[in-house]
Amino acid sequence: MKNGKKILSVLLAGAMVLGMAGCGNSSNSGTSGSASGSGEATFKIGGIGPITGAAAVYGQAVKNATELAIDEINAAGGINGYQVELNYQDDEHDAEKSVNAYNTLKDWGMQALLGTVTSTPCIAVANEAAADNMFMLTPSGSAVECVANDNVFRVCFSDPNQGLASAQYIGENKLATKVAVIYDSSDVYSSGIYEKFAEEAKNQDFEIVAAEAFTADNNKDFSTQIQKAKDAGADLVFLPIYYTEASLILDQANKTGYAPKFFGCDGMDGILSVENFDTSLAEGVMLLTPFAADAEDEATQNFVSTFKEKYGDTPNQFAADAYDGMYAIKAAFEAEKVTPDMSVSDICEAAKTGMTSITVNGLTAGEDGITWTADGEPNKSPKAVVITDGAYKAMQ
Amino acid sequence: MKKKMSKTTKNNFITYAMVIIAYVIVQALVLSGSLSSLMQGLLVPLCIYVILALSLNLTVGVLGELSLGHAGFMCIGAFTGAFFSKCTQGAMPDGLRFFLAIVLGAAVAAFFGILIGIPVLRLRGDYLAIVTLAFGEIIKNVMNVLFIGKDSAGFHFSLKDQMSLNLGTDGVVIIKGAQGISGTPKNSTFTIGVIMVLITLFVILNLMNSRTGRAVMAIRDNRIAAESVGISITKYKLLAFSVSASLAGIAGVLYAHNLATLTALPKNFGYNMSIMILVFVVLGGIGNMRGSIIAAVLLTLLPELLRGLNDYRMLIYAIVLIVMMLFNWSPKAQDWKARHSLKRMFGKKEQTAKEGN
Repeated sequence: MKNGKKILSVLLAGAMVLGMAGCGNSSNSGTSGSASGSGEATFKIGGIGPITGAAAVYGQAVKNATELAIDEINAAGGINGYQVELNYQDDEHDAEKSVNAYNTLKDWGMQALLGTVTSTPCIAVANEAAADNMFMLTPSGSAVECVANDNVFRVCFSDPNQGLASAQYIGENKLATKVAVIYDSSDVYSSGIYEKFAEEAKNQDFEIVAAEAFTADNNKDFSTQIQKAKDAGADLVFLPIYYTEASLILDQANKTGYAPKFFGCDGMDGILSVENFDTSLAEGVMLLTPFAADAEDEATQNFVSTFKEKYGDTPNQFAADAYDGMYAIKAAFEAEKVTPDMSVSDICEAAKTGMTSITVNGLTAGEDGITWTADGEPNKSPKAVVITDGAYKAMQ
Repeated sequence: MKKKMSKTTKNNFITYAMVIIAYVIVQALVLSGSLSSLMQGLLVPLCIYVILALSLNLTVGVLGELSLGHAGFMCIGAFTGAFFSKCTQGAMPDGLRFFLAIVLGAAVAAFFGILIGIPVLRLRGDYLAIVTLAFGEIIKNVMNVLFIGKDSAGFHFSLKDQMSLNLGTDGVVIIKGAQGISGTPKNSTFTIGVIMVLITLFVILNLMNSRTGRAVMAIRDNRIAAESVGISITKYKLLAFSVSASLAGIAGVLYAHNLATLTALPKNFGYNMSIMILVFVVLGGIGNMRGSIIAAVLLTLLPELLRGLNDYRMLIYAIVLIVMMLFNWSPKAQDWKARHSLKRMFGKKEQTAKEGN
């Protein structure tokens, strides 16, 4: 009895550990990329983003767009003549899971990371990637700290940049004198934009008359915030939030008979495709966004139609960022003649140099293309669009 | 092996031995390079979840009160520890700083355990569960709007936004509301994690076998009888509750020092997490510490090991959870296990195992 129990517990402990080791190895072989692995050397690009959970929309968009870009690149002969393989892992928008996903990809043999999609996990993964000197390009990690390490670059604007650009745009174009802000204080993206916006507002000749916050736990009823903005006499409401909440605000403001100008950031992109939302309410809404799905240029139209055909969905700006990101990696690798047999660290060093020398004329690039500085920030001009007749129209 | 030791002491030693053996085997695997990066990355989280499961088991199993706000205490520990580390980084050796961060995290979490325990422990059963749930959410939400900055004039606090901190030019914002704390040094290692697991086990197992622990269990089993023999209900309840909170605080400090970023999201410090920990405890067996360890390890590993299944991962995870729960705790399955137990195979026909009761 005594011995039996002891043996049992030792067995259990052993089984636990063996299970850990065994399964760890099996996860190496359990994943497979999209490209053909016929023994030739391929580039192994990893992707991380939320495919399940509340932020799944963004992760899914990035995943699809990355796949699309890689298929195109492979069809056109790959990067430097080598095919590209993608392995995309789920992080459930959680920093801890994101690091697990990163380690899984490392076991798979990832050579560069196109990720992660959301900011908080991005900071955690960036730190791990810095320790390994792994090249990392985040399509949409917009918090300042995401690119704190010199191996990390990003495609999207940083949050403060958007706040700054929005405040300057409103000020320079004299859109309003009294501005109200409704933002999500529990969201990094939203509060990041708001803070910089408020700071810059002091230098512009408009005044913030109301700054009303909500949190992720009460993002359905905005009547208090709208009422306060109305009482303060704001003639423009700045909404640095995502489109789902923005559509509710527009709807509820309409019901209370409040019709100021509305101004949003790139998170507002997608508002026209919200289900059961009367798009006529969005008439006249202005937003700063690097990407508009109904832009007229050929690249965007091709991208949107292929994306729709393949995934049955209109791509949002996350998808566009990821698509540009993949092409940025391609350009950087080609600029420095990176080959798959180089070590991860060598690839990183080469890509770092490559990134600062390239110009990508992508979907989110505007007219002058995107260039990068060594600190990881992109240089591109934001487009201001206004919604007219249910579609984006460029302003001025 | 004459019976010098009592049955409980021996049982406890088996639990310690289990942890230590697992540690030695894993270390050997790490040193020989046969452990994948994923597994190496999971070692610290495993320790964290084991500590959380053990500490919640103290409240649920030993004290007999259902708490759904355990992640809140973890959150407090995490933010306290990370805050301390950010303030003192460079001012003292890393080892000492991390040690103090753990102590401080545990102390502050214990303080909040008492603070919250005073009103909450007046309730019982479902009511207590719901109120702890609320407190857990309050803690998370307060962390989401809390801004703390530091400049030459000292610390500045705000519950509004970064601008209202009124920092001097040399000021740095340490806790940035929803953006939390970033850039916490990565100090948590597997060895420290295992040491903390052992300390947690030591505290809980010794508490259970002490006079205090017996008093706590007496309250659990029959409150009126316990009161009638002169046991102070409030005192012992608070004691167990705050010890449990402080251990969760330790897990929080480890968590904060394992990732470069710390934000109070519903995912990591919300009620989802509290319930997750409760699942570890229930699956492992309420009041059964060894079971908690095994359940926490298995359930933390499972979603990661299922990564190969891609989109079906979380679905399969849920199904496996249901199957495991049934296999472990349905009466039929228990009968079956009793008939096919290892003990019977070893030829000893003793009575069936009654662990977990």
